[in-house]
Amino acid sequence: MPERPLLTLADVHTHIGRYHILHGVDLLVPQGRLTMLLGRNGAGKTTTLRTIMGLWRASAGTVVFDAARIDRLETPEVARLGIAYVPETMGIFTQLSVRENLLLATGPKGFDAARLDNIFATFPALKEKWHDAAGGLSGGQKQMLAISRAIVEERRLLVVDEPTKGLAPAVIEHLIEAFQRLKATRTTILMVEQNFHMAKALGDAVAVMDDGRVVHHGPMADLAADEDLQARLLGLSLAAHQ
Amino acid sequence: MNAARLDWPSWVVVPALVALALPAMSFATWITLTVAGTAMGMMLFLMASGLTLIFGLMDVLNFAHGAFITIGAYMAVTVLGAASGLVAADSLGLNLLALLAAVAAAAVVAGAVGWGFERVIVRRVYGSHLRQILITMGGLIIAGQLVIALWGPQPLLLAKPAALRGSFVLAGAAIEKYRMVAVGLGLIVYAAMHLTLNRTRIGLLVRAGVENREMVEALGYRIRRLFVLVFVAGTALAGIGGVMWAVYQELVTAEIGGEMTILVFIVVIIGGLGSVTGCFVGAVLVGLVANYVGFLSPKLALGSNILLMVAVLLWRPRGLFPVGRE
Repeated sequence: MPERPLLTLADVHTHIGRYHILHGVDLLVPQGRLTMLLGRNGAGKTTTLRTIMGLWRASAGTVVFDAARIDRLETPEVARLGIAYVPETMGIFTQLSVRENLLLATGPKGFDAARLDNIFATFPALKEKWHDAAGGLSGGQKQMLAISRAIVEERRLLVVDEPTKGLAPAVIEHLIEAFQRLKATRTTILMVEQNFHMAKALGDAVAVMDDGRVVHHGPMADLAADEDLQARLLGLSLAAHQ
Repeated sequence: MNAARLDWPSWVVVPALVALALPAMSFATWITLTVAGTAMGMMLFLMASGLTLIFGLMDVLNFAHGAFITIGAYMAVTVLGAASGLVAADSLGLNLLALLAAVAAAAVVAGAVGWGFERVIVRRVYGSHLRQILITMGGLIIAGQLVIALWGPQPLLLAKPAALRGSFVLAGAAIEKYRMVAVGLGLIVYAAMHLTLNRTRIGLLVRAGVENREMVEALGYRIRRLFVLVFVAGTALAGIGGVMWAVYQELVTAEIGGEMTILVFIVVIIGGLGSVTGCFVGAVLVGLVANYVGFLSPKLALGSNILLMVAVLLWRPRGLFPVGRE
């Protein structure tokens, strides 16, 4: 029996200025699973995530989260439904300390000690740099902070945009371990990724985008096992995905 | 802010300037000019601190900021005129009470007008600098005419409270009493802003919003509400600065705020857009340079602030305490 989708996009179109970026995106994100969103550069992956978050407004179609439409909500309202966003740029506040970056993502009661311990266990560097300005962190540490900010409170959905971008292989392996821990908690995750190694290691389901549409969706294992399908869907950009 | 604490070359600028000025004049003159420059800097800080937050957080070029300085100045005329008994009393406590009442009234009135200005005018031009410049310049002109309609076109005289007139002698130098009050108030406001920005969640949000508004919204905070709060606080601070400047000048005209606008923008640009610490250091720097250059080379005094801004921007193109922005 298929899992109930936590997030559903149906025929979503998004315009940025006079440019028509999304041409009718259909996407299901099952509850408690990690869904990978793949595709070449410019396929519309980041626009899809930003449209979900309300950072860009869908001009047509529906975005439904837990049976309620969210495509007309403002970004803060979307976030308050329990959807955390890790942008491609990481969105770290460089002038704030590591502690302050995380504190902003907590509720009125502040830090939950158990969740914080869990974050420190996963990313010990953040504990060492707790009072340091986030601008001084390495690229990998900034990504750890961005992910930690998304999980410092209980969330229903994590929307993560290319977490491995520009990171060293050793850091990527560390992030894969961190996301595997997250997956074990049955957290629902929608992740855009260019690194096919990471996608294979983490994805339960996959959707492939091209030219502003989802052109394939199914189990990640099927795509990982079928090199012809990979070549057809990811085509010229396959090298970049490895 | 952390980055401000670490940026030691920017912190050294003011002490270096003060030290460099000493060999060029007598010790007593140096003390007098340093205190005068610091006091002027504190008044500039009061007027400019709100603008740097509005600029930094909201990306709004508010050329009407001077109007709120004007409102503060006229509230000083009104309140100190109504409290003439307290102003004339030979008691420092009663004098300070009158000044405090003027400061409070100016903050409330300028903040309330600022709220209306943001709701009715500024919110319509978010994201468009050209429209912001045009509409806020228009706001400045209209505010000037409204002030003339309410208080009349003639310049109004304003007497300093009795105990704050004149000077006292320190190490052979004459120090104006009122300037010490300005320094005290400036330091209190800076400390209050520093604590608010660094020790409260609202302050944390403002600092985060200056850097990346979109991410603040993605964390679930309604940035527009923060905009209103910051705009009201910024205009209230301009009103407070207007009171202090008006009492210092002892003469109030409808142009008092407009005349300060360029200087206030210079302070904000020198300090680094959105940085309160930068605004504080920049204001003191502008005040000191104006006083030292005015004494050493009066012909250069008019252009000294522009030259200072050029020099700082050649060294630090984003100001003394740049705030990283996305």
